Amino acid sequence: MNKKLLGAKEGVYILLILLFFVHQDFWFWDNGSLIMGFIPIGLMYHIGYSIVAAFAWFLAIKYAWPTHLESFSEQGDDPTSTTSEVR
Amino acid sequence: MTPLIIISCYLILLFVLGQVSGKYFRGTTNDFFVASRSIGPFLLLMSVFGTTMTAFAMVGSTGEAYRIGIGTYGKMASWSALIHSACFFFIGIRLWSYGKRFGYKTQIQFFRDRFESNAIGVILFPILVCLVIPYLLIGLLGAGSLVRGVTTGAFPEFFSETRGAVPPWITAAIISFVVLSYVLRGGVRSAAWANTFQTLVFMVMGIFAFVIISIKLGGPTVASQMADPVKMIRGDSIPSIQFFSYCFIPLSVAMFPHLFQHWLTAKSAKTFRLTLIAHPLFIMITWVPCILIGVWATGAVINGVPVVPAGVNPNAVLGIMVGKLTNPLIAGLVASGVLAAVMSSLDSQFVCLGTMFTEDIVLHTFKLNRLTENQIIWIARGFITLIVLITFLLSLANPVQIFSLGVWCFSGFGALFPVVFAALYWKRVTRAGAISSIIVAAITWFYLFRESGYGINRGYLIADAMPVVFVFIACLLTLVIVSLLTNPPSKETLNKFFPKEL
Repeated sequence: MNKKLLGAKEGVYILLILLFFVHQDFWFWDNGSLIMGFIPIGLMYHIGYSIVAAFAWFLAIKYAWPTHLESFSEQGDDPTSTTSEVR
Repeated sequence: MTPLIIISCYLILLFVLGQVSGKYFRGTTNDFFVASRSIGPFLLLMSVFGTTMTAFAMVGSTGEAYRIGIGTYGKMASWSALIHSACFFFIGIRLWSYGKRFGYKTQIQFFRDRFESNAIGVILFPILVCLVIPYLLIGLLGAGSLVRGVTTGAFPEFFSETRGAVPPWITAAIISFVVLSYVLRGGVRSAAWANTFQTLVFMVMGIFAFVIISIKLGGPTVASQMADPVKMIRGDSIPSIQFFSYCFIPLSVAMFPHLFQHWLTAKSAKTFRLTLIAHPLFIMITWVPCILIGVWATGAVINGVPVVPAGVNPNAVLGIMVGKLTNPLIAGLVASGVLAAVMSSLDSQFVCLGTMFTEDIVLHTFKLNRLTENQIIWIARGFITLIVLITFLLSLANPVQIFSLGVWCFSGFGALFPVVFAALYWKRVTRAGAISSIIVAAITWFYLFRESGYGINRGYLIADAMPVVFVFIACLLTLVIVSLLTNPPSKETLNKFFPKEL
């Protein structure tokens, strides 16, 4: 597959889109099983979902970080930074 | 009495911390409003997280889990885990870069420049204020409800009408005073410091309450076995379309003016990195214990007597569980944790409203450019005090259930998401498109809010979906259609916001 078509950045975006769709976990909708004896499986799925979401944002930072915004912000002078001290 | 002493100690501690943080205030408007854009990764994480979590996250989530079960986590918390960070990544960092480059302190300043329009500020200001005030009410109501729960019977001779509990209006007055004490002193910098301390407190206390309650109920396994089985699944309690449509609610963070202000305090774009990763995990750490306490409350029995009486107000469930299943010392600590969650949102919202009023109304509309820095800060302080007073008076009316009020408030902000997204990513969006979409969103939102009995009808859905979906669609369609029918923005504006390097 063409590297340009599916780089790490695009892979991260695909993962995020995938996460959006797998939130609707109809497969555990009526399942009352308890994980570790006390966490309903429907809740456990979403706990895992939160952890995977955090990992996905780690990947986004690593592979899709908007470095251009950092340099863009540094190009202009912030007029508010030159305010005078209060007497 | 013991819980009240613990809460009082906590409030005094916070008051002192506020005064200490105020010593680092540099005395400039830039520091009061955006902390001189000097906040590092840890403080940003704690202030952003503390700001987005309020009574809604602890009192509201426990009550909602008691009412409808574990689906509460999926529909609010795990959607937020994905979408909040998405808003920080795609909206927050970009807005921060514009804010730093062009010196913005408020959302309205950005929109005014981006859409080459003063009118958009005039329209947005009252809408944002009207949406933030219910959010403030969520905090005051949640705090009042909890303190009432944990102090029941403490003062029978003074407060007979509340069965000896501290009335909610007294709690609201005291926490408003404490928050004002540090916000007026150091602005957003003091809010960031206080948020950091308070976020740590409410996260630790939530886990603490969970552990103690589970031990008291005979361990987590026994507690889960006692719970109503219907509440341990989603079943019919949440229609699948409604569950999905909740994804529109966390989009609200992209339009929260108080969050916008916290984003602007970041030292650099890299400052956001810790927040992006830790925010979903922090949501999980805060919400999971509350959800489990809520579903356990549906079947918790001690000596054959239900811990939570039937027909109780869901907002009171956390207070009752803590009050009946722990000792007064722990009840006081947990109540302090909830107050921490409440106040860590109130402070940012108060500062934000003061900033908007000062920057967008006083300085911009009335062109009072000759004011000194000191005068500007005092105007902001005056407006913050006024807003606190108005919110306190509104809280005396004790409006609808916290969760419902919160959802309507978030719906309003979430429905405006297309405006900020288009402003950042769509060159063709026009002033007319933005203004008309905001007006349409406001009218649609108000119409549906009224149809729901002003939030009283908690189950108000349209075709099984949350009303926010329809407000969002109305806003989006208006934005796109009107923009395509009107003249594009000037080349100067496009070059300013979409230079080649972006």
